Formats: sequence, structure tokens, C-alpha cells
Amino acid sequence: MFKIKEIYTLAPGTLHAIIEAPLIAGKAEAGQFIIIRTSSKGERIPLTIADYDRAQGTISIVFQVLGKSTTQLAALKPGGVIPDLLGPQGNPSEMGNFGNVAVVGGGVGIAAAYPIVKSLKNAGSRIISINGFRSRDNMFWMDKMEKFSDSLLISTNDGSCGRKGFVTDVLRELLDNKGEERIDRVIAIGPAIMMKSVADLTRNYNLKTIVSLNSLMVCGMGMCGACRVTVGGKTNFTCMDGPDFDGHLVDFKELMMRLDSYKHEEKTCLEKWNRECAGGPQ
Amino acid sequence: MARNNKQIAMREQKPSERTGNWNEVPLGYSLEEAVLESERCIQCKNKPCIAGCPVSIEIPDFIKAIRDRDIKKAIDIIHENNALPAITGRVCPQEEQCQCLCTAGKIGDPVSIGSLERFAADWDLENRLTAPETGNRPGVITPAGKMVAVVGSGPAGLSCAADLARMGYRVTVFEGYHKPGGVLVYGIPEFRLPKSIVKSEIDMLESFGVNFMTNVLIGRALTINDIFGRGFEAVFIGTGAGLPNFMNIPGENLNGIYSANEFLTRVNLMKAYLTGEYDTPVRHGRNVAVIGGGNVAMDAARTAKRLDAENVYIIYRRTEKEMPARIEESRHAMEEGIQFITLASPVMYEGDEHGFVKSMVCLRMELGEPDQSGRRSPVPVKGSEFRMETDEVIVAVGSTPNPIISRTTKDLKLKKNGDIIVDDKFRTSIKGVFAGGDIVTGAATVVTAMGAGRMAAKSISEYLN
Repeated sequence: MFKIKEIYTLAPGTLHAIIEAPLIAGKAEAGQFIIIRTSSKGERIPLTIADYDRAQGTISIVFQVLGKSTTQLAALKPGGVIPDLLGPQGNPSEMGNFGNVAVVGGGVGIAAAYPIVKSLKNAGSRIISINGFRSRDNMFWMDKMEKFSDSLLISTNDGSCGRKGFVTDVLRELLDNKGEERIDRVIAIGPAIMMKSVADLTRNYNLKTIVSLNSLMVCGMGMCGACRVTVGGKTNFTCMDGPDFDGHLVDFKELMMRLDSYKHEEKTCLEKWNRECAGGPQ
Repeated sequence: MARNNKQIAMREQKPSERTGNWNEVPLGYSLEEAVLESERCIQCKNKPCIAGCPVSIEIPDFIKAIRDRDIKKAIDIIHENNALPAITGRVCPQEEQCQCLCTAGKIGDPVSIGSLERFAADWDLENRLTAPETGNRPGVITPAGKMVAVVGSGPAGLSCAADLARMGYRVTVFEGYHKPGGVLVYGIPEFRLPKSIVKSEIDMLESFGVNFMTNVLIGRALTINDIFGRGFEAVFIGTGAGLPNFMNIPGENLNGIYSANEFLTRVNLMKAYLTGEYDTPVRHGRNVAVIGGGNVAMDAARTAKRLDAENVYIIYRRTEKEMPARIEESRHAMEEGIQFITLASPVMYEGDEHGFVKSMVCLRMELGEPDQSGRRSPVPVKGSEFRMETDEVIVAVGSTPNPIISRTTKDLKLKKNGDIIVDDKFRTSIKGVFAGGDIVTGAATVVTAMGAGRMAAKSISEYLN
């Protein structure tokens, strides 16, 4: 059992939970994830470790309320428990002084980008954070991002904050603005379509781009292969070989189709639960 | 009285009924059936059956106890060497082990040792609540006992833990999944090994002091070094051969194509067959192709049938004669209407516009020269491609060692294929670290892993004293 220490809303439909998990907090590194199960009949779902506090023995997750598991998670209160939680899984992100690094985050993926920004900055890299949201209301953690970024660029789809448009628009401008700031590496974390767009863009500039994949998973420990992804024509397991991969080699079309494998089942499951449990005792 | 040359057949659910439920297929012996079968044992002096048993159960002795209708004594005898008889009585390939050496088998059927073991074990599970202190069950753990960590709660880990606890050590079993049991809970289907049986056996280990810690990823949350840092004086690694193989052919990552591990984990561990009650989804294909001819392939095929598939095919590249599955398993599959397509192998999969598999292209095979395994190797027949409609594929072509611990433990010596190297005492290249089961041998059987767990427990005890 894993106790929730704090849980609160960051933006509509986006929550932050701080969970007591001392073993995981003791070992977590930027880029790793956990698998949780919110009830004894629930699914195992992967979530990126958004932050950790070794001294307090806690880890943070930031999640969007999408399906039944995240709806149940959002209903938990401080002191409530998550029955099953496993981690830290996956390989830590590569760290070092990589020169000027553009870290591109989209939506809830920004929470996953945060520990990478923090660790890269501490490792000596210069960080240009590019964060994209649907709208000003969806923004969160910009203070935390600012703290570890040498510059922070924001885009919103509706133009309510920062540049109107997508993260790729901001990145393109940065890349075309030659001479001022040469970008040595790009890291992209967010929805698959965003990571694909970033990788497609940087391919033209022959610019090394790392993406952190959010594949479907069951075990998260190399036993089932649900998370397999084609990278450079070869099948990889996201949980064992990733979650970070060379964005120019990832077969995003396949990744996105696989992410949609159970769209129908997930919808039915959530609807049934909402019908039976919404407002009722839990 | 003339001895019966024929085994007392175990009653089974009818094929037509059982594909509509998840209940166990073989129903077990009644007391009278068990006694009749036990009378077929001639109690020969040389006891060849024991030599065939990877955990060396005193087989003739427990059979004699059944003949004397002293079932409590029978189970006590079994428990001396086997902590999990209700499981091995169901899943051991007895026909290749104890039973193939049985003296009675020379003039008729061998004694159905597995059925008798299962009978005694089931009797014990049923009666345990009323008589919890049955004889040879391991005693209370001495508080002074040294601490031993067991990594992985599959057959190797469970039997190692049971023996160590029996010797007085304080044992903690670490499991990554949320439930202990390893392949017994994620891999073997309910209709072959009811999960309530696995739970009872694990409850028993807990009741005599084995501590289970689920949701702990050894190698990541705790390294092997960390375990020693926590006061454990020896570690047994029994993490199994869990990494599924794929064939690396075009289209293999289409939606609806699973490894057998994923398909069975969804259904068995995550209970996807109870749609509406449990959240984990699984595909209910109409035309399901299972690739492979082993026990896991049979489990997957029979599971797909119970998920209401119209057609389930086993696609195997050799002939039925070379199939690695137990005869009982392939017989059960055939009775349930699984269609066997032998001397064929897929070469590519084709998908629809949403990325779901819709058909596969196979090549016909013929048998050539024997390969390293001694079986004749399949050779593709040129130009023999044929297409099959399929909306779900389950790839059951074996698995390799789980790499998490080996990748995160320096100095742990491995074979080229990732198996952990141990000596004849199950010692790895790191002092105090032992290993056994599939992580050492590659994928094998439940009881072989249990045998390794037992022998490792003995070595660990020698090491600690």
C-alpha cells in the first residue's frame, strides 16, 4: 500500500499527487517511470516520475484524468492509498553537459520533462525549455521550469499566453534564428503526435533528438512485450530499452496505432464506471 | 486379486461444456478411485520413480499411505520433499519423469503418480483449516535465524523459500508483480491450475513465516547489494525466463498480435476474461492463430477458445510428433476443437487501416536433417506461401531470461544468451548470491525449477553455516 501525502489540481483535469514510496524515491532518476494499479481490479498503468524527494521518501506524479484508473486516482484524498505501485522502471535519461539543449514539452508531458530539465541543468547543460499548452488555463509548473531553464518559451494553441501556435513553431523559429543560439540537442516529451512533429522537424536540421515514449504497458518489467516499438527497423521494448529513444528512428505511426489498440474498451470501461459509481459511495 | 493393467482415468469436464467455462478440466480422483489406483503400485524395491522426480518425493511410501487410506500420512510424506504438491500434481510432465520409469509401466500403464499426488494435496487443502497442525509441515521459524532473500516468487523461488524456512531461516520473497506466484499466476490458465490452489499453497508458506513483499523491483528499487545492506546474508535469484521471443517478421507489431506472455498475463493475472468486473482489456478474436507447439501455445489456444473465438489455429513448423507440448495438453486442445496446422510458419502479417492484423502469410515447411535438439529441422518449401484470415495472433515461440537484475548487477557472470552462470552448488559469480530455475537453464518446467530451488536452499544453508 502506498499512501498519498498530498494531492491537488494543477489545472483543469490535471492533478499532482505526492506519494510515499521510500524505496522508489531512494533510487528514482530523471526519465524513469512507475506502474500503478488504483484498485484490486484495476489495470496496470505507467506514469512518469515527475519529481522525487529522497529525504522525504516521496515521489510525484502528474496525471490527466482520462480513463477509469486516472478518474479513481483523482478521487483519492491525502491519506488515501494506492494498492499497487512498482518502480522505478526504465533506463534513466542520459545526463551530461550537452551544450544548448532544447527541452520540448507538451501538456501533461511537461511534468515528465521537469526532472530531465532539472538534472540536465545540474549536469551543466544550458536549457531552453519550450512548453506548449492548449490554453493559459492549462498551464502548470512554469515556476519550477523557470528555475532550471536558462530560457523558457511558451506556446498556447489559442494564443492566451506566449506565442500562438505549437511547440514546433517555437522550435522552428529557434532553429532558423541562426547564429544567435545554436541548438546541440533536442529532447521532446509529450503526446505522441507532438514528439513525431518535433522529430520530423529536427530531421531536416540533422539535429539529435531524444523522445521519451509513452507506450501501452502491462508488466513494465520486460515480461510481456505490450510496449514494443519499432526503432530503426528493430523491435524494442519501451520498458527495457527505453523509454528514451532516438526520435528520428522511432516508427511513430505504429506507436500511435498501438496507443489506440484499446480505445473502445477504455471508453466502455470508463462509461460503465461513471454510470455505476459517479456520485455514489466509493 | 488380479492387478489392473489400466490406469484409473481421471474424470474430466466434457470438451463441449468446458470451453464455455474457466473451471478446471480434470476433476480429480475420489477417495475410492485413489485407493484403486494406489493398489496398482507394486511397491517395488528399487523405486525407479523417485530417481525420475526432480524433487525426489518418496513416491511408493505416499502411495502406500493412500492405499491404507491414511491421506494425512500421504501428504506428510510428500511435503517432506515438495512444498507445492497441489501445483506439481497438476502441471508436472509426469509421463517424462516419475511415471516413465514406473515398474508397473513395463507390463501395462504406469501408476498415475501425478493424479495421486494431486489427490493427496487437494485433500490437504480441503482439510487444512480443521487440522492446521498436520505433521511434517514446517515448524515455527527461530527468531535467531539468519535472513535470506529470495528474488522472484515463481516455482524456483517458492520451493527455495519453503525449504529455507523449514530449516529455520527468516525468508523474504521479493516479487515485482502485485501478486506472488510468478508463472503460476500470470502464465498457467485457471482451467489448468486454479488460482485459488496457488493462493492456498502460498498462504501455507506465509503461515509458517515466509514474508512476501510484492511490488518490489529488484535490480531497480533495490539492487542485490542493497539487499545485503539490509541484513540479508544470502540471496537466491529465481527470476525466470520471462522475456518473450518474437520472430521479427514484417507486421509483427500490428494491433491484435500478442506475445503469449502478454495474452496470458492479461487473462490470468489481470483477469481480463471477467469483462466488466476487471478493467484490463483483451482482444476477443474470431480467428485466432497461435504460433508455436509448446505447452504455452496450448494454454494460449485453449484460452482464446474460452474467449469465444470461432476458430483457433495452432501453427507449428514441424509435425505433431516433434511438438514440445505434453501429450495431455495437445489432446485437450484437440478435443476442444483447436485446429492444428503443422509444417507451416508465418512470414508476414497484414493489417487494416487502423493497424489491426487482418491476415497472415505462411510458408509450408518440410522436415530436413536433425538439428542440435535432435529434432528434424523445418525447411521452407519454395513458392508455398498461403494466406490465412486472422484477427488475433499469439506468438508462443519461447522466452529468454529476464534481464533486469543482470543489467543492473555488476560482476554477475552470464552466458551469451543471458542465463546466469552457476556452479554445481547453484553459486553465482558473486559471493552469497545463488540462482536457479529458468534464469539459469532457460525455459523449462515448473518442477525442474522447484528442484533447483530446493537444491539451492541446501547450498545456501551450507554456505551460511
